Amino acid sequence: MAAPPRADSLALLDRLMAALQAKGVVTPAEIAERQANTDKASPETGARMVAKAWTDPAYRALLLSDGKAAAEAMGVSMAGAPPLGVLENTPTRHHLVVCTLCSCYPRAVLGYPPNWYKSFAYRSRAVREPRAVLAEWGLNLSDSVEIRVVDSTADYRWMVLPMRPAGTEGWEEARLAALVTRDSLVGVAVPAAA
Amino acid sequence: MSAPAQAAAPARFAAGATVRVKDDWPERRGPCHIRTPHYIRGRTGTVVRPLGAFPNPEDLAFARPAPTRTLYHVLFAQEPLWHEGKPGDTVMVEVFEHWLEEA
Repeated sequence: MAAPPRADSLALLDRLMAALQAKGVVTPAEIAERQANTDKASPETGARMVAKAWTDPAYRALLLSDGKAAAEAMGVSMAGAPPLGVLENTPTRHHLVVCTLCSCYPRAVLGYPPNWYKSFAYRSRAVREPRAVLAEWGLNLSDSVEIRVVDSTADYRWMVLPMRPAGTEGWEEARLAALVTRDSLVGVAVPAAA
Repeated sequence: MSAPAQAAAPARFAAGATVRVKDDWPERRGPCHIRTPHYIRGRTGTVVRPLGAFPNPEDLAFARPAPTRTLYHVLFAQEPLWHEGKPGDTVMVEVFEHWLEEA
């Protein structure tokens, strides 16, 4: 959990917003809309996209070719959001997303990043010893699986499309979506049918 | 692909091209903003695909006019970068064209 904002930070924010509005840079309605979109964003959005991709081949193709359009097709407002790339896990390739330079994260479809994602430890170790990092998360991948670390350094944001777990044949989308955790969308975990 | 791209020069490198990241350290010359991580400077990788063109963040960060540059996904073998790791594992990084040269 993030610490509550300090009173002086909130006062500074109020003054900044007032100045931006006075100069006509943003309107109160635009700020309210962005706040609403930001607060609404959560990993459940990414999970719904993954579950749909698992059951709908056309949507899967859209998701892999244009993540932003795929999010918009699920009713997510992507206005002003960076392009969204989606990384397809396969039996021989597992993706792990990190931002070594800062903390770029696909907020529009995953919400706020967890603190560990922003930590120096995760950011420095994920690119150097990904297998050790994943093992600490309890994810031990076979030597036959390539680990592809994706360093989110520039204008894209990246989300993982995990593999559909065995034993979920015939499940409907909502039940599948419940298996897809935030961590599996970053690549530090894989979904399992409990 | 999403439509990030503004009109820009055609991509210089195609998917599959072998490229070397410039062994350049602008941070030693003065204040700068760079999106090319240290650990790939001077290293050789393979272009996975061009990702479109974006205003150069090195200019945007200082509110200068920012011409667009083609951005690439470049794939590196993980083990040679660090002299540790498992052969076959990889690191994929977004790198702007002006940081890449033919290898």
